[in-house]
Amino acid sequence: MSGPLTLFDKPNSYIGKSVPRPDARRLVEGRGKYVDDLQLPRMLHAAFVRSPHAHAEIGNIDTAEATTLPGVIAVFTADDLADHVSPYVGVLTHLQGLRSPPQSPLAADRARWQGEPVVMIVAQSRAIAEDACELVDIDFEPLETVCDAGTALQDDAPVIHGEFDSNLAWQRTVDAGHVDDAFARNDVTVIEREFIFGRHTGVTLEPRASVVEYDPSEAVLTYHYSGQAPHMMQAILAKHLGLLEENVHIVARDVGGSFGIKIHTYGDDVATAAAAKILARPVKFIADRTESFVSDIHARDHTVRGRLAVDAEGKIAALEIDNLTGIGPYSMYPRTSAIECNQILNLTGAPYAIENYRARGTVVFQNKNMMCQYRAVGHPVAMAVADGLLEEAAHEIGMDVVDIRRRNLFADNAYPINSAAGMKFDDLSHQKALEKLVRFMDYEALREDQAAAQKQNIYRGIGLVSMVEVTNPSPMFYGIGGAPISAQDGASVRLDAAGAPHVSASITEQGQGTNTIIAQIAAGVFGVDIDRVKVTTGDTATTPYGGGTWASRGAGIGGEAVLQASHALKQQVLDVAGVILQARSDQLDIVDGQVVDIEIGTQRISLADLGKIVYYRGNELPADVTPELIATRHYRVTDFPFVFTNGAMAAHVEIDVETGFVTVLNFWAVEDCGRVINPKLVDEQIRGGVVQGIGGALYEECIYSPDGQLQNASMADYLVPMAAEMPDIHIAHIETPTKTSVLGAKGAGEAGTGGAPAAVMNAVNDALRPLNASIHQMPMTPQRILKALGKV
Amino acid sequence: MKAAEFDYLRPSNLGAALDLLANESADVQILAGGQSLMPMMNFRLAQPELLVDLNGLEELQFIRQTDSHIQIGSMTRYCELETSSLIQQHVPLLSIALPHIAHSAIRNRGTIGGSTALADPAAEMPALLIALNATIVTRSREGQRSTEASKFFLGLYETALDSGELIESISIPKSTTGSACGFYELARRHGDYAMAGVAVTAQRTDPINDARVVFFAISDRAIRAETVENHLNGLSELTEEGLENARKEIDKLDFHGDLNAEVSTKRHLAKVVFKRAIEEMMR
Repeated sequence: MSGPLTLFDKPNSYIGKSVPRPDARRLVEGRGKYVDDLQLPRMLHAAFVRSPHAHAEIGNIDTAEATTLPGVIAVFTADDLADHVSPYVGVLTHLQGLRSPPQSPLAADRARWQGEPVVMIVAQSRAIAEDACELVDIDFEPLETVCDAGTALQDDAPVIHGEFDSNLAWQRTVDAGHVDDAFARNDVTVIEREFIFGRHTGVTLEPRASVVEYDPSEAVLTYHYSGQAPHMMQAILAKHLGLLEENVHIVARDVGGSFGIKIHTYGDDVATAAAAKILARPVKFIADRTESFVSDIHARDHTVRGRLAVDAEGKIAALEIDNLTGIGPYSMYPRTSAIECNQILNLTGAPYAIENYRARGTVVFQNKNMMCQYRAVGHPVAMAVADGLLEEAAHEIGMDVVDIRRRNLFADNAYPINSAAGMKFDDLSHQKALEKLVRFMDYEALREDQAAAQKQNIYRGIGLVSMVEVTNPSPMFYGIGGAPISAQDGASVRLDAAGAPHVSASITEQGQGTNTIIAQIAAGVFGVDIDRVKVTTGDTATTPYGGGTWASRGAGIGGEAVLQASHALKQQVLDVAGVILQARSDQLDIVDGQVVDIEIGTQRISLADLGKIVYYRGNELPADVTPELIATRHYRVTDFPFVFTNGAMAAHVEIDVETGFVTVLNFWAVEDCGRVINPKLVDEQIRGGVVQGIGGALYEECIYSPDGQLQNASMADYLVPMAAEMPDIHIAHIETPTKTSVLGAKGAGEAGTGGAPAAVMNAVNDALRPLNASIHQMPMTPQRILKALGKV
Repeated sequence: MKAAEFDYLRPSNLGAALDLLANESADVQILAGGQSLMPMMNFRLAQPELLVDLNGLEELQFIRQTDSHIQIGSMTRYCELETSSLIQQHVPLLSIALPHIAHSAIRNRGTIGGSTALADPAAEMPALLIALNATIVTRSREGQRSTEASKFFLGLYETALDSGELIESISIPKSTTGSACGFYELARRHGDYAMAGVAVTAQRTDPINDARVVFFAISDRAIRAETVENHLNGLSELTEEGLENARKEIDKLDFHGDLNAEVSTKRHLAKVVFKRAIEEMMR
């Protein structure tokens, strides 16, 4: 091959190196530019009256007093916005049978969850808007609620949407092989457990934020956005506000975390945009922390009944799961709320060679906040169910939990191969990752420590997980179902007159370092110092079209586009240099900003001088040479629906059996995300993910009362994991590049979140086993552990 | 999450502050460290008409000693207590407990008087003051009065503080030879309000006497468990039987559940924290 792989070895290659973030200093110095930093002339502020009831008829809405409060500019109800915003429906055609009624930004005649926006106040300050909210008088007639997903389909359950016959949103069944025959075999041991995964949410440091401007003279709407899919938002706002798509300009500057939370269509954000258009004045809406808890999407909330049959040698004979999830009153637009259930059906047991697999998923409506895609969609559930059952089975037949994995994980030379659920796998390394993990954590020593500790009534446990992660999705994820969500991404790289490359890319930066890896790839492939590379992302007016950064796709898809575009720009430069230098361009290279002879490395012309000739002194070039020093490339995954990664993780925990408190002593992750572009950033992605996974396993839960009131909508009561409680998280890599791209990068953003809950749950159960106790409900709170131990 | 409109005054001396508090026509709230009040105002759970800020009153910021007592001005911040050699030397229970109170950032602003006046049932300070046999010195325009800590905390966010009155100082007997203390709390995350906690003090003489056992985060207020104390007083040494008798009395306390622990869990954990605090005290 003419070069691409040598990109990784060249002296000016940054790929594979822990380059510090170019934007770190700016952010640490407080010079970040977040949406709330924007102060525009004539800007107004929005606040919302939200339903205090989980389910209620909305009668008369009296806004008279609020409207006359000094400083209030406008008050909007659902009726007021009806002519300005067309309804939206959160279904996709490839999720066959999924149904959800049309949604409007504000609740019209019925409120269906506590926190649903009903009235919008627009005022000169947020404080005045909140004052006015208190003056709005709404006649609510509370209705019977459906909160427990387990009862939502019962005959006597109130139906949340009159147009439907029940609260069923979607159902899907996967049935591969001969499951019943396998379970009926007399040489298998069958393990059956019920797993409960509590609702939690992704708590971003910067809450959801919108500042929207509208210029009626040009019919242009500018949406200052804190999110991760600018082009999707462009299409959605254009469609539902009745604007031309090209007249909707989405700008995301710095984004303080997203985790999937900010990738959806929220009524309050859409209403803010509508208000800006109607009033022709900028309107700001920053969700406060309470609003975030009651209106940012929640995730998980699954009950899974699982059965696993293994033979005496530990070989899996069959796996069957039945998953029930409640998604709130609507399927979220446009990605839908059926994806997490779908992922669980697709991914449970996916690391293992299983022939007989049956999975049923049921998605129901309920009167709670909406659920949708949050970091590691479905993975924590799928991994915890399969590996939870597998470890229980190992103990049941007297086999070590590592050995049982060795016998069931796909062999490293088995690829390409399809899983029972139909997932296509290639370039994975499950066995290698497991062996590396066992050495890395010193598994044998931990087992010895565990036995010694137990003699002193100290209960320690070790839990593992072998996992896959969905990354680099193709159009099969969303686009196929009709969503305005691009699976391809683009990058443009242009050379300025001073010899610096400017990259604009359609993937987004929300704090994880996307802009850094873009600069690394461009600098390395093109051949300049990384400090010279300028990166633009997040702006629909200046970047190529693309999906953004989500589903662990930024580096793998967007990074490949940057690589290809940088490579193309380099060819353009070398072609011009060949003309200027009277040399063959294939004998030239770019190193540290200089065009050099490939063979002897002699500097021939600097990029700055070349830029000056092209841009200022074109007269020195032959008339038939018209240089293009800008290249754009797009990339999408074509061979596979997804590029899977794999990993193996382990948790070491100690349980205080008097209090039920779990201390995570250590955590190890061995991850194969293909080519590692920036080891430090990848490690921090995995660490952050593991922390969110530990959060789900031990701390985080949106606690609802039986009548649908969120009980802990504050940072005092909703327990995000904190540094003091976190273990050291040790990370090692295996690099099996994906063959689908030159770069070879797969995603790494969600692995920790996907794997950690399973490892922690297995470790807790390993610690509890000598006491004949077990727990399969997350978060594993002290109270739940005490109950499992029979102490309370 | 913006506070409703309010007036704000920051008096520069105690007399002026008391004059402002005497205004019975307005809903007046005192601003001390603000670590609870400001969030409550932003949630609009508290909507005072007038906020009287005591942060300008240097006369309420002191830690000093007499022969027998340590006196702490009500506007003394937790971080000052943490680093005070007088506290370390003479009120060891406070020194042990202070790092468990929220986080450094909160302890940098939060005051002993603010927490005492709020009387949060899950907070450490009311329990500590009862265990320390402290006296709460309050003042209004009418004059000064003193209330034993065990009679100051009346219920959920309810104290013996009268309207027009503020906490001036808190007086704590110095620990003496033979006095011992223990403290234990169980919080889901470091710095959180506890699921259950207890402060214990006693004279480790033979027999043990003057035991004080005060639970927090288990009921609607800090609870002094005298029936438990009775089983400790008079013991020559702590036997398992003596402790078991004490623990049985814990079962009879008035437990209130919360999001992290229902009543049965609180009851169980109260016994665990009691055992651990006693172990610490006897160490």
